[in-house]
Amino acid sequence: MLYRETGDFKSNYAADQQTFPIKSERYLFWAAMAFAFLVVPFFINDYWEKSVIVPLLVWAMAALGLNILTGYCGQVSLGTGGFMAVGAYACYKLMTGFPDLNIFFVVILSGGVTALVGMLFGLPSLRIKGFYLAVATLAAQFFLVWLFNKVPWFYNYSASGQITAPERTIFGIAVTGATAPPWATYLFCLAMVFIFAWIARNLTRGQLGRSWMAIRDMDIAAEIIGVQPMKAKISAFAVSSFYIGAAGALYFSVWLGAAEPTEAFGIDKSFLVLFMVIIGGLGSILGSFLGAAFLTLMPVLLKNVMVGGLGWPTDLAAHIEIMLVGGLIVFFLIVEPHGLAQLWRLAKEKLRLWPFPY
Amino acid sequence: MKLSKMAIVTAMAAMVGSTPALADLVFPSMSYRTGPYAAGGIPFADGYADYFTLLNERDGGINGVKANVIECETAYNTQKGVECYESTKGEGALLYQPLSTGITYQLIPKATADGIPVHSMGYGRTSAANGKIFSHVFNYPGTYWDAASIIVNHILEENGGDVKGKKIALVYHNSAYGKEPIRTLEELAKKHGFELTLVPVDHPGQEQKSQWLQIRRERPDYVLMWGWGVMNQVAIKEAANIRFPMENFIGVWWSASENDVLPAGEGANGYKAVTFHGVGSDFPVFDDLKKHVIDAGKAAGAGDQVGTVLYNRGLYAAMLAAEAARTAQAMHDTKDLTPAQMRDGMEALKIDAARLEALGLPGFGPEINVTCENHGGPGLGAIQQWNAADGKWVLINDFGPADRAVIDPLIMEDSKAFAAENNIPERCN
Repeated sequence: MLYRETGDFKSNYAADQQTFPIKSERYLFWAAMAFAFLVVPFFINDYWEKSVIVPLLVWAMAALGLNILTGYCGQVSLGTGGFMAVGAYACYKLMTGFPDLNIFFVVILSGGVTALVGMLFGLPSLRIKGFYLAVATLAAQFFLVWLFNKVPWFYNYSASGQITAPERTIFGIAVTGATAPPWATYLFCLAMVFIFAWIARNLTRGQLGRSWMAIRDMDIAAEIIGVQPMKAKISAFAVSSFYIGAAGALYFSVWLGAAEPTEAFGIDKSFLVLFMVIIGGLGSILGSFLGAAFLTLMPVLLKNVMVGGLGWPTDLAAHIEIMLVGGLIVFFLIVEPHGLAQLWRLAKEKLRLWPFPY
Repeated sequence: MKLSKMAIVTAMAAMVGSTPALADLVFPSMSYRTGPYAAGGIPFADGYADYFTLLNERDGGINGVKANVIECETAYNTQKGVECYESTKGEGALLYQPLSTGITYQLIPKATADGIPVHSMGYGRTSAANGKIFSHVFNYPGTYWDAASIIVNHILEENGGDVKGKKIALVYHNSAYGKEPIRTLEELAKKHGFELTLVPVDHPGQEQKSQWLQIRRERPDYVLMWGWGVMNQVAIKEAANIRFPMENFIGVWWSASENDVLPAGEGANGYKAVTFHGVGSDFPVFDDLKKHVIDAGKAAGAGDQVGTVLYNRGLYAAMLAAEAARTAQAMHDTKDLTPAQMRDGMEALKIDAARLEALGLPGFGPEINVTCENHGGPGLGAIQQWNAADGKWVLINDFGPADRAVIDPLIMEDSKAFAAENNIPERCN
């Protein structure tokens, strides 16, 4: 079907170990990227940007981060919302403190700040694991949100405690603020996610990623064969928090434009990202994207079908939407406990063997 | 089979961006009938929808053009609110009433860039009252800062003008909304010499034992409340539990509906709140509502909210919107409005006692006179008190003014800071 592997030979290790070893899959990937970079910007409007695609990209970035920590290194974290808040507030302080700094670097630096905070909160992971670690990260969630609500320096002493993103440009085109054109914010987020997904994919295939996976699979065995648990765990917290912080910075500056800590970075955001990672597939880059897509697009789709398409009352639709999304999560986890990424993996196997799958 | 699956997928993809039919005067209603704040969102949304239904049924619309209320569920959630805004603005939306301070903050820059007016009636960003800076945002007839000042005026009145050394505690929803009055109260504390204690309550406010323990320990003379949703009823119940004198417990207008006081039963008797509109259903317009909307089976929601405080507020918001649309129609000599014309109508809105009488709402609210400079309206408010025996709110004084000498400089300062941050030139010169 999609895959015709006949004649697709590899004559060196580099070709054999590339991310997409199957030629048709490589073409599919590049075609999708070409579509995303070259076609979508010409058709995107405010609605698709603010309600569908930018949310998808931001959550995919956050899910990538959590997947590195939970999926690859096996450290459960419930602090995602808090770390996103660190990214957002770092972004806000940098934007207002250094108005001339390019927003691209602001987002990267925000990720860096979050990485430091993440390492700090990752220290308990050296002594505790599993549920106990989850509780420790939960403390991070509550502490960080409380901190940003309590200390006025973080929100520049504004009367309401809200932070608002000023306008910042790249090559003279606004990517934050109210006048930013939808294609610009979309391309900015897409480029960010593309670059960092690329890096994540290669990090997880390299020495660092392998040490994470060794720790995940059995930390004592990993330690015996020479993986340093401290280095592996703290680096996982750092990298993961970097991604989550960058996602938080994009979430605040590009997508929302204004935020208040208790609502935008509450515990429900931590769970949302955790659900994305679990439904998408733990330990899979593709899974982060599939999980984010499932949990951001499904509610919007259901709402439009029920309210826009069928004309139901909004409250009825909202309640049914909650039930349906919950039901679908249970359904997918029963059908495929390893997430949507595994579903795709199985489908790919079948497609490669098509028309004689067994 | 594959093809039909593809067809379903494409149809669904198309529906993600689908849009309902167009209508003449579009008033999106960003409602919340679900979530922890639904008890407040439902009556407001019903009142808002019912008033437009009344206009359509009784008068055939506004000057003959039908009004179309598109409801969109926000669940008081900022992201959903933004989604609602983006999905409805393409349908000729004339005016947004976000009904959430968080969503209002999001929409102020967006709607200004899109040229669509926002009316945050008695909530939102207080300094938007300065029309010189905020061209598309209106918060008449009053702001949180007015509310804070009117409450303090009431306390002054009760104490013969001297509150020196008195302790006043503010119990507030720990969000942009709840923090709004703090600045003003701090200024007023300096001016009148009372002592202000801040007691934050985190969303959603179901658990307030520690806060009320603090109040019990510190024994403030008065407690003010900036709460919303389930937080209100919990606070009033807790206040009753610690036997705090209810007549010294004063809420903002969002902490003063039947939903908030009924759960505390007799204990809530005497609870006070500031309000900017009348209470009850003893107004002629309710007879029309009953005849044309409720008995005709066209009421929004369950139809059981008529005459409650928040229903009245939704109705009042709809009335102000309809009157602004009428003003805009007269100004621009057209029947179909654009958002820009609607904005002009709001800026020129004048509602006097005679007009209120003609609308079937005599004495329902203060007179309103919006100008280019002042988008915050008269800033008048009255105090209402709960009578638990009759199950009724009663106005205990007339609509009175806020302390402009304190509030106006604060509005100037905050809006100037916003203008400087965002490079906004002053208008109205």
